[in-house]
Amino acid sequence: MKDFIIPWGDDRDMGTPAKEGAPVTLEIDGFSVTVPEGTSVMRAAAIAGLQIPKLCASDNLEAFGSCRLCVVEIEGRRGTPASCTTPVAPGMVVRTQSEQVQRIRKGVMELYISDHPLDCLTCSANGDCELQDMAGVVGLRDQRFEAPEGGMRTHFARRDTSGEANPEYIPKDDSNPYFTYDPAKCIVCNRCVRACEEVQGTFALTIQGRGFESRVSAGGVGDDFLSSDCVSCGACVQACPTATLQEKSVIELGTPTRSVITTCAYCGVGCSFKAELNGDQLVRMVPYKNGAANRGHSCVKGRFAYGYATHSDRILKPMIRERIDQPWREVSWDEALGFAADKLRGIQAKYGRKSVGVITSSRCTNEETYLVQKLARAVFLNNNTDTCARVCHSPTGYGLGQTFGTSAGTQNFDSVGKADVVVVIGANPTDGHPVFASRLKKRLRAGAKLIVIDPRRIDLVKSAHVEAAHHLALRPGTNVAVVTAMAHVIVTEGLYDEGFIRERCDWDEFAEYAEFVSDARHSPEATEMLTGVPAEELRAAARLYATGGNGAIYYGLGVTEHSQGSTTVMGIANLAMLTGNIGRDGVGVNPLRGQNNVQGSCDMGSFPHELPGYRHVKGAEVRAIFEAAWGVEIDAEPGLRIPNMLDAAVSGRFKGLYCQGEDILQSDPDTRHVAAGLAAMDCVIVHDLFLNETANYAHVFLPGSTFLEKDGTFTNAERRINRVRKVMAPRNGYADWEITQMLANAILAAEDRPLWHYTHPARIMEEIAATTPGFAHVDYAMLEEKGSVQWPCNDANPEGSPIMHVEGFVRGKGRFIVTEYVATEERTGPRFPLLLTTGRILSQYNVGAQTRRTPNTVWHTEDVLEIHPHDAEVRGVKEGDWVKLASRSGETAMRAHLTDRVSPGVVYTTFHHPTTQANVITTDYSDWATNCPEYKVTAVQVGLSNGPTEWQEEYDALAERARRILPAAE
Amino acid sequence: MSHDKLIRMANQIATFFRSQPGSDQVEKVAAHLKDYWAPEMRADLKAQAADHAQEMDDLVRRALPLI
Repeated sequence: MKDFIIPWGDDRDMGTPAKEGAPVTLEIDGFSVTVPEGTSVMRAAAIAGLQIPKLCASDNLEAFGSCRLCVVEIEGRRGTPASCTTPVAPGMVVRTQSEQVQRIRKGVMELYISDHPLDCLTCSANGDCELQDMAGVVGLRDQRFEAPEGGMRTHFARRDTSGEANPEYIPKDDSNPYFTYDPAKCIVCNRCVRACEEVQGTFALTIQGRGFESRVSAGGVGDDFLSSDCVSCGACVQACPTATLQEKSVIELGTPTRSVITTCAYCGVGCSFKAELNGDQLVRMVPYKNGAANRGHSCVKGRFAYGYATHSDRILKPMIRERIDQPWREVSWDEALGFAADKLRGIQAKYGRKSVGVITSSRCTNEETYLVQKLARAVFLNNNTDTCARVCHSPTGYGLGQTFGTSAGTQNFDSVGKADVVVVIGANPTDGHPVFASRLKKRLRAGAKLIVIDPRRIDLVKSAHVEAAHHLALRPGTNVAVVTAMAHVIVTEGLYDEGFIRERCDWDEFAEYAEFVSDARHSPEATEMLTGVPAEELRAAARLYATGGNGAIYYGLGVTEHSQGSTTVMGIANLAMLTGNIGRDGVGVNPLRGQNNVQGSCDMGSFPHELPGYRHVKGAEVRAIFEAAWGVEIDAEPGLRIPNMLDAAVSGRFKGLYCQGEDILQSDPDTRHVAAGLAAMDCVIVHDLFLNETANYAHVFLPGSTFLEKDGTFTNAERRINRVRKVMAPRNGYADWEITQMLANAILAAEDRPLWHYTHPARIMEEIAATTPGFAHVDYAMLEEKGSVQWPCNDANPEGSPIMHVEGFVRGKGRFIVTEYVATEERTGPRFPLLLTTGRILSQYNVGAQTRRTPNTVWHTEDVLEIHPHDAEVRGVKEGDWVKLASRSGETAMRAHLTDRVSPGVVYTTFHHPTTQANVITTDYSDWATNCPEYKVTAVQVGLSNGPTEWQEEYDALAERARRILPAAE
Repeated sequence: MSHDKLIRMANQIATFFRSQPGSDQVEKVAAHLKDYWAPEMRADLKAQAADHAQEMDDLVRRALPLI
């Protein structure tokens, strides 16, 4: 039963994009309508509720005017103009239906149909075909064209009339795992080509040939969709009005009959989707055009890679075992929870209150995360709660908190459309945050300038119709030196915004900071030897950012995952304050969050030192709020962070862990150390979809539910709280919030303490709103009404806050902080002469638990080592060779890929595959302020090898043993 | 917890605050340790001062009594 009637909102196709401009009033079919200047007649008609027939138009694409189906009559104008390409004018009088236009439209349709197969009943687009719909709308009843004597080839018949193979016929291309291209169904409307250009920005498609030979073509001669530049975002499939580009799932399962709006469970962009189903069978995911984060676009992961939800690897029954060398035993929920509760209580009785803890997940909802940290604070009665944001954006929390007063991106994603200079630091949006990348590229094509600061030549540096003005290819680990050198240029060349600084920031702190950065040792010339960035290039980039109009900074884990991660975040905030690029549209400081709910998991008090809403546990008044709500006394001292938990486990003081939706063994650095920590614990509870790597060391496995199977909210990188809606029943029996509640209650019942009684995630959100000021006005009814809202949403900002720090900084005056460069202790030397940096790839996500269980593996079957041809040559390494990658922490082996995307001296790999275990290599060095691991800098050596290392083989054997499952006892 | 790791982490904190203007670096190091380190970690660090004081940054040593 649904709790609310869901107003999905108007997502009709209005034909052409919305425009901004002065109001213009015109008359269409006798109705007066007022629209912004620049709006097309087609869109104006749609706004008035009058749908003009169309084929080549779609409101996410600029008008094209090729199909001629949308012709109208306009009083005083000659002929019948296409309504999609005709802008409105004051007093215009339009007729959308007349004998003349009806005749024209029917003629146009007849021509289309004359070269289109009429197998509608068995066509995969039957019922979901605009060509079919338009034939109906224009009243086409006949197709009078006949082939001349001797026959005439169509483009869709396999054989011509003589029975010979038809040379015009091109067979279906089903190379892409998710959709097919059937040229026989193509009407050459160009929508797919335009979507690939305008929406996605990849330019992989074109129309090849002329006249009757015109066909959609992916890539160059001899390419199919898979071998072309196509990134499988699906924008073309969505744009296609016929069955030409069609989801394989629709071909197999039929057209969906119902839909539910929900939020993607992959990256921090947090795209809104329509999950389209028949019964409880998911047929396809279609990006929702009213989704404020994605505006109707998506990437290959969100749109297509949901098959893991029904993968046979999913564990659906709870399991337990006494020791990790035993096979798993399937048991009832009661037995599993009772077993877990006994173990945890026993540990606390023996080793003390602080000997257990929890890890919340950025892949789980706000409500689930809130409950998990509450489990630590209100049931375990300690603050040993941490989240995987520890290993990604904890420095953002600290750095932005110190400078601006709160830890959050300052903008909404729409803001990039107003930026003039975009700085991308340590992020690879086209792979990590593809939908944001598409919006960024659209703005860049419109003329905005781009500065990329990254050791690697990421795709954004140069791709179709996009080229960075400056690429500062710094040496890994020198972010602070580069950012400070930029500030040096801005201050010493007088490019700072004094008015902004005087009004918004602490002037004395600015003065100290200005003196610090003005020192000649911070000049680009002085730091060039260290950073590897040419001084003139850096100066030019700094000048461009300071003087090029609206300057917006977007950054990722290449900033945070360093021993000076927090310092770089502060340096970035300094740059924005120096140049007045904060507090309005088109500017700002924007952390790109890796996982869908990194922002939310931080907001919900997952960190061991703060309660929900970023309030330190030392504050008695804050503790009082939660003590009243929860009826317990809250520990006033910070708890253990993830690396501290593991250290404490190795030293025998930390014995029990409840880990929800996280795979710390694969994702956290220094795998051997993580394994040692887990192995030292008496009770590890893993709550996940799959037997992940961490589960190899677990004693209790609680099967989790996917985002399709539960209600809740995710908060994306722009602080947008989006609803996650249950589209099908949980296959494991319970939503994750219910499981955490059952675990809490199993412990509470045994201790005769009051139980939790949440009946729906909406009740949990009520508690969040009641206790957390930034969420005060948030509730499910409001989210139904508004679709989504950006926090803070309270008395001061009842409609939410698309842009932060508009009137002033959250902390009052913005605070400049001195950012001295300190070299990491992780240094290259004779044994380990290369620097390894890590990242992700478009088709895979994080540890790959989800995407490896989808056909996305076709694009990335294994992790490979990117190495510069020079470094490869001196080591005798050729393309595709097995190489051993060794650091002082450990060694692993993978295949080499020679590329000049990495500079000499730098190697790069991804960490999507457990067989590679790239984190065997990474070290335990971490950010000074937050212990965020230094993933991005590891000194390594590379040499030829014969295949997997001993460690990999041993680990594979261990993993196989650890995953044995005995059949259920009953 | 192992002394080399805790002392390295504490020294990193000291290095940052040494670079900051003002004369209250010791207090800032102590405040950071109190705000972000669990009490057991602080206790371990203090206990390690007996044998490993020479490995500690001066700011860390001076902050110890305050945590």
